[in-house]
This record gives sequence, C-alpha cells and structure tokens, in this order.
Amino acid sequence: MIVTITLNGKKITEDVAPDLPLLDFVRNHGCKSAKRGCDSANCGLCTVFCDDKPILSCSFLAVRADGRKITTLEGLQKEAAEFGAFIADQGAEQCGFCNPGMIMNAIALFRENPDPSDEEIKAYLAGNLCRCSGYEGQMRGIKAFIAHRKAKEVNDATGQ
Amino acid sequence: MLTIRKYVKAADLEEAWQLNQKKRNVILGGMLWLRMCNRSIDTAIDLSALGLDKIEESETEFSIGCMCTLRDIELHEGLYAYSGAVRAAVKDIVGVQMRNLATVGGSLYGRYGFSDPLTAFLGLESEVELYKGGRIPLKEYLHMPYDNDILVRVIVKKQDLQCAFECVRNARTDFSVLNVAVTHAGGRHFAVVGARPMKAFLVEDEQNLLAEPTDENKRAFAEYVAETVPTGSNLRGSAAYRRHLARVLTLRALDRIGGQD
Repeated sequence: MIVTITLNGKKITEDVAPDLPLLDFVRNHGCKSAKRGCDSANCGLCTVFCDDKPILSCSFLAVRADGRKITTLEGLQKEAAEFGAFIADQGAEQCGFCNPGMIMNAIALFRENPDPSDEEIKAYLAGNLCRCSGYEGQMRGIKAFIAHRKAKEVNDATGQ
Repeated sequence: MLTIRKYVKAADLEEAWQLNQKKRNVILGGMLWLRMCNRSIDTAIDLSALGLDKIEESETEFSIGCMCTLRDIELHEGLYAYSGAVRAAVKDIVGVQMRNLATVGGSLYGRYGFSDPLTAFLGLESEVELYKGGRIPLKEYLHMPYDNDILVRVIVKKQDLQCAFECVRNARTDFSVLNVAVTHAGGRHFAVVGARPMKAFLVEDEQNLLAEPTDENKRAFAEYVAETVPTGSNLRGSAAYRRHLARVLTLRALDRIGGQD
C-alpha cells in the first residue's frame, strides 16, 4: 500500500507491506534510535511520536501512519541533547540501550506537564523499562533538568 | 507471528461490517493484543477514519467512541468528575505510550480475563452500542459469543451512582492479580471481580446485606463476594490468594464509596 508519512519533517511516499510495524519503517529510514527491546509492547524502547503523542512503534502499523507526522529522537536532537546531558551527568544508565525511548517519553512528559511532581514523573515514565538501573539516577537527572530549566526561566525573565 | 495480507481503512460502518463477515478478516483496535497472536489475517479493517475517537458528554450520558484510547478516557475530566473508577482502572496499564494506542472498543470487544477497563465499565452499568445489535447492557455483552458485529460505542449513563475500583498488581505496570469494582446505585450494591484470572464476574447484594452500611455488614458482603466468585490460579497468583484479595479489595472499595479513604 502506498503511504505518505512525514518522518522528522521529511515527507516520504513509499509502498509498504500492510503488516510492517512503524518501528521497522523508521529504522529502514535510518532512525535507529527506536529499538525492539521486548516485542511485547512493554518496554518503551520503540517510543516515537505520532502527531506529537508518544506511542509504541512496535505495535503500530506503518499503514496507519499514512498522512501523519512521525517524530523520532533523530528529529529532536536539540531537546534530546539538552535533557540527555542531565541523565549522563548522573551516570544513570550502564548500557544506554533504553535511553532513546526514555528521552522520547520524558520529552512528551515535559511538553504535557512542564513541572511534574515525583509521582507524576514515575507514573508517566512507568512504561520505560531499564534493566541496568533502579531508576534512581534517571530520577535525579530529570529533577536536575527541571530545576535547571526553572532557573533559566527566572534568569531569562529578570534579564540575567 | 502476525501477518496481514491487506489493509482497508473503512469509509463507513457498513463497509467495515461487510468486510468483517469473513472469518479471516479482523477489525483493528489498538493492536496491542492482536500483535501478540500467531495469526494470519486476510483483511485488517481500520475504523480510524470514522470519527469514533471522541467522547461526547450530554446531560444524560457519556458516549465513548470505540476508537478512543485508554489515555483519552483516563484524561477526560467530565468522566473523571462523574466517577474516578475509569481513571483508576487504566492509569497503571503498561505506560502512556501503550495507553495512547489501546482502544476502548478493542478492550471491551475482547472481554479479556485480564481487563481492567471491563471491570470498571461494568461497575458503571455501561451499555455498548453494536452496529447491528443496537444498544445492550455490557453485562449481557460480557456473555455473548465473539461475533462479527461491530462495537461502535460505549455508553455510560449518568445516574446517582458511586463506584470505586481497586486492584492489586505484583509490579506497577503488570496485569492485575485481581481487580474489583464496587457500585452503589439506586439503593443497590454490587461488586464486579475481574482478572480472576477469568473475565469479570458480577456479584449482586441479593440478600441486601448492605441495607445498613455498617462495618459488620460491609465485612459480611465482602465475605459473600469472596465466597461467591470463582477464582483460578496462574503465574500471578493462586485461586486461594485471589479469593482473599476479593474480600479485601471489596472492603476497601466499599469504604471508598462510603467516603472513607
């Protein structure tokens, strides 16, 4: 079936198989940040945005993305680098395999709720599994990032 | 492995229904469960172009389109103001990304044993609207065979009702070991017990044990629910443990609808 999908701002028109998962479509187009971690819709490693909503691309058919806007980490470099540095500063992960999926969902969280409580962070990111850590480092990194952003806003507002 | 030969975005419900009469064709919900199946599908039928992804609230009811996601019903303020049971039932299902895909129609059509939304919507005395079959109570639909009709909407009628949902999970985002909704509506009480691990089971307060909602009577009803509901064993818990949970969760839910936290 011929579909037109806007992937990271670029329109792609292509003939795709009806059962091709969106995950394989984005990986075929060089977006290797999205990964198949569990293949049972549980781990969050394949998280991409479909019309700005985070979804599991392993469970979404590419044909269903026809006419929609798909964003992967590759399309969010600036936001990802800024936030990712705070996770790296904490040495939060060992292998880093889960990191792109977690960053994608954290970005979705900050867009929806710029100042989340600890409980709101945990609830929103519960579908992103990390098997190296106990999530403590990620939590510290997220809170440091939020604090940094708040301080920056205050500085910007006061012209410092 | 799941294979699909052809994909059709239905132009209307009639086209979807016609296609769905063939055994090897299937209507897609969020595809979360379907994708795990070892199945060869001829035509996958997508309802996503039919405007069924909206929750409409009127003075008398909520009409929830089958393509609404679990995240949509979690965040809908009107539905939450009416009863917290739906949000409580879906908020810990896997993760936001999964709930942005899983559909209400898929969840209820499946009448899955593990389903949390099924228990909550039964607690709210919901109805389902079938394309050919019309509106029927969800508690009847629960026992109907899987047929080739289309679940178009779920309707939650506004009534003087209190409903509380409780569940126990071994880990936050796992399937429930057991879930319970307890409802007080029009002077009646009933409990819905799901993830037994079989599909949800209703227990009415036939003996009117809760005519006076004293602590003693609440314990008696919770005991009655635990004795009445059939439970089974699987990886997540034994039948005996689930029976114990049925009593405890019924009691907790009763306390919540009685205004005790």
